Amino acid sequence: MSNLIFTNAHLIDPETGTDSIGWLQVSNGRIAARGDGDARAQGATIIDCGGKYLAPGIVDIGVKVCEPGERHKESYKSAGLAAAAGGVTTIVTRPDTSPATDTPESLEFVTRRAQADAPVNVVPMAALTKGREGREMTEIGFLQDAGAVAFTDCDHVIANTKVFSRALTYARSCGALVIAHPQDPGLSGGAAATSGKFAALRGLPAVSPMAERMGLDRDIALLEMTGAAYHADQVTTARALPALERAKANGLDITAGTSIHHLTLNELDVADYRTFFKVKPPLRSEDDRQAVIEAVRTGLIDTISSMHTPQDEESKRLPFEEAASGAVALETLLPAALRLYHAGQLDLPTLFCAMALNPAKRLGLDSGRLSVGAPADLVFFDPDVPFVLDRFSLKSKSQNTPFDGQRMQGKVTATYVAGQEVYRRP
Amino acid sequence: MRFAHRHLLGIEHLSQSDITAILDLAEKYVDLNRQSAKHSDVLSGLTQINMFFENSTRTQASFEIAGKRLGADVMNMAMQASSIKKGETLIDTAMTLNAMHPDLLVVRHPHSGAVDLLAQKVNCAVLNAGDGRHEHPTQALLDALTIRRAKGRLHRLNIAICGDVAHSRVARSNLILLGKMENRIRLIGPPTLVPSQFVDFGAEIYDDMNEGLKDVDVVMMLRLQKERMDGGFIPSEREYYHRYGLDAAKLALAKPDAIVMHPGPMNRGVEIDGTLADDINRSVIQEQVEMGVAVRMAAMELLARNQRDAA
Repeated sequence: MSNLIFTNAHLIDPETGTDSIGWLQVSNGRIAARGDGDARAQGATIIDCGGKYLAPGIVDIGVKVCEPGERHKESYKSAGLAAAAGGVTTIVTRPDTSPATDTPESLEFVTRRAQADAPVNVVPMAALTKGREGREMTEIGFLQDAGAVAFTDCDHVIANTKVFSRALTYARSCGALVIAHPQDPGLSGGAAATSGKFAALRGLPAVSPMAERMGLDRDIALLEMTGAAYHADQVTTARALPALERAKANGLDITAGTSIHHLTLNELDVADYRTFFKVKPPLRSEDDRQAVIEAVRTGLIDTISSMHTPQDEESKRLPFEEAASGAVALETLLPAALRLYHAGQLDLPTLFCAMALNPAKRLGLDSGRLSVGAPADLVFFDPDVPFVLDRFSLKSKSQNTPFDGQRMQGKVTATYVAGQEVYRRP
Repeated sequence: MRFAHRHLLGIEHLSQSDITAILDLAEKYVDLNRQSAKHSDVLSGLTQINMFFENSTRTQASFEIAGKRLGADVMNMAMQASSIKKGETLIDTAMTLNAMHPDLLVVRHPHSGAVDLLAQKVNCAVLNAGDGRHEHPTQALLDALTIRRAKGRLHRLNIAICGDVAHSRVARSNLILLGKMENRIRLIGPPTLVPSQFVDFGAEIYDDMNEGLKDVDVVMMLRLQKERMDGGFIPSEREYYHRYGLDAAKLALAKPDAIVMHPGPMNRGVEIDGTLADDINRSVIQEQVEMGVAVRMAAMELLARNQRDAA
C-alpha cells in the first residue's frame, strides 16, 4: 500500500484548532504519524507541500447526485470527479432522487453505483418517509443495515406533526440521526425570495425569515418530546439562532448546518432575476448572512455543506418563479469558504471543523481528522491562488453555479482518499 | 432629446429626463390622436408583435392602435392559446419570433422578470406590457401624463395609491416613477395588501383610508387582483368596500380639486363607487385610457429611433 510523507505543510487540525508547520505520514490508507519540523522517515514517497496547506478532506452532508432518475444532471461518476476536484472526500448523498431512496433495495442500487463510479467516499442518506410524502415512515432499521447514515425528507417538510413525532421516536430507538429542513410549510408556500425591500421591488412572492424560526421551534418541541437525534440541514436566518442556542443549552441532541451559498451570498445577488441564485431556502439579507457567519465562528452552527443541487439549463432558463431551485457547489465549496478566511471572518481550523470534523462526528464517521489512526482523507490546497470561475470548467454534468465569472481565491492542489491521490490540479 | 435605452422594461432604469422626454413626445401624439386623420409614418416598415401570455383587452388594444397609427405592421399573438400549451419554453418562443425579425416586441407575462429574461434573448426592442407583480412601465407613464395635464406639474404633489399594492405591478411602477419625480406618496390599504417593506421605497403607509386621503392631490385606486390572490387577504368584498372603497364621503377628505384615477378594469362597488368613477369633474379614468395610446406611441417611437440610429 501507499506510503506517503507530506512535508513542509501547514497542517490544519480542526480537533485541536491548530494550524502548524509540520509533516504527516500516511501508510495503508491511514495517517500513521505526524510531527513538527522536518520528517526523517525513509522509504516513502515524499510530497513537499511547499508551505501550503494540508487539511482533512471535506465531509459534505446533503449532496444531490441525480441517480436514479435524472442521470443527465449528475451521475456518481461526475459528482465523484467534482468532489475530488473540490477537496470533498466524503459525499453524503440526499435521497431526493426519483424515485426517492426510501427502500433498502433502492439504497443498495445507490451504493453499488457509487462504489463502481465515484473516486471518493459516498455515504448515503435515506428518506424518512416513503416517497418523501410525509405519511408513512420508511424501514429505518433495514435502511440502517443497508448503510444509511441519516434519514431525511430533504426540503419536504413533514407537515403532519403526528407522523413526524412517530418517525422521530422510532428513529431514536434505532439510534438513527434525523435531518430536517426547518421551515414552516404554510408560510413559505410558493415563495421564491425572502421578504424585504428587494423582493418587493422585484415583485417576487416572498417568505418571511420567520418561517425558518417557526419550523425550527416546532422541531425543537418535537425533540423535547421524543429525544431523537436531530440535525437541521440549513439554518440561514438570525432569528432562528436563539432558538437553536436554547435547544443546545437544554441538552437536546441537536446540531445544525448551513449552506455555503447562505454564507457567501445575499438576496441582492439575485439582481435581475438571475435564476442560478435561486436556492432553497432563498438567499437572505446581509444581516442574516453576517449572523450566520458569526454562528459558525462560535460553533452554534456546526456544519457547512455545499447543498450541491445540479439543475440542467432548461430548468434554470425560465422566469424566476418557475425556475428550479438549487446550485452546484462541490467544486466551489472550498474557494467560496476561503472568501470568509480571506475576509478575516473565519480561520482555517474553524472552517475545517465545520466542513470536515463536525459533519463526520455527527454521522459517526472516523474521518474529518488529522490525528494518527484516522483515515488518510486529505485535501492539499493553496488558499492564495486567484482565479475567475468559468462554469464550463466544472466537472459536474450541470453547471448551475452562482459563482460563474466571479473572482475567487484558493484552489485544491490534490485530494487523497484513503491515501490514494484522486485528484491533482493539472 | 436623447433616450438611451434599448428596451422599455421598467421605470426603475429611467431617469427624470427620460421620463420627461417620453411625456413631452406623448403630448404631440395626444394632439394627433384628436385629429380625424390620425396617421403618422414614423414606424412604417417596422414590424411590431404583441405577445400576451396573460389575458388583456385594454393594454393590447392600446398598443395595437398605437403601432398602427404610427404605420407599423402589427401582429397580435395570444400566447395562452398557442405554443405554450404545446410545452415550448419562453426562450424558445422568443428565439422563434426573433428569427422572423420583428422590430418591436410588446410582452406581457404572468411572472415577474419574464420580460427581462426574454429581452436578453432577442435582437429587437422589447416593451414590457406588465410582468407578474413587477412593473408595468407604460401604465405609470400614462398615469404621469394624465397627472401632469390635470395638475399642470408632476412634482411636489401628494399622491395616494390605494388598495391592492402587494399584487400590483401598476403600483410598483407608479411608486418608482412618482418617487423619481419628487412627489410624496402614500400607500393606503389593509396591511395584508400593503406590506410594510414599501416604507423602504420612501412611501408613507396608512391603513386608515380616511386619514390617508387627507389633503391629497391625486387619488389613484387599484383593482383588487382577485386572480393573483392565493386566498384570504381580505375578509369580504363588502367589508373591503366599506373600509377601502372610494366613495364621495372619503373623497371629500382629499383636496377639493383632487383627481381620481384607476388603471382599469374597475370592480365597481368593490374598490370604487360607480357614480364617482363616472363623475367627469373628478374622475380622469377615461383620459388615462386616451393618454395610454399617446404614451405608447411615444415610447415606441423613441425605441425605434434608437434602433434606426444603431443600424
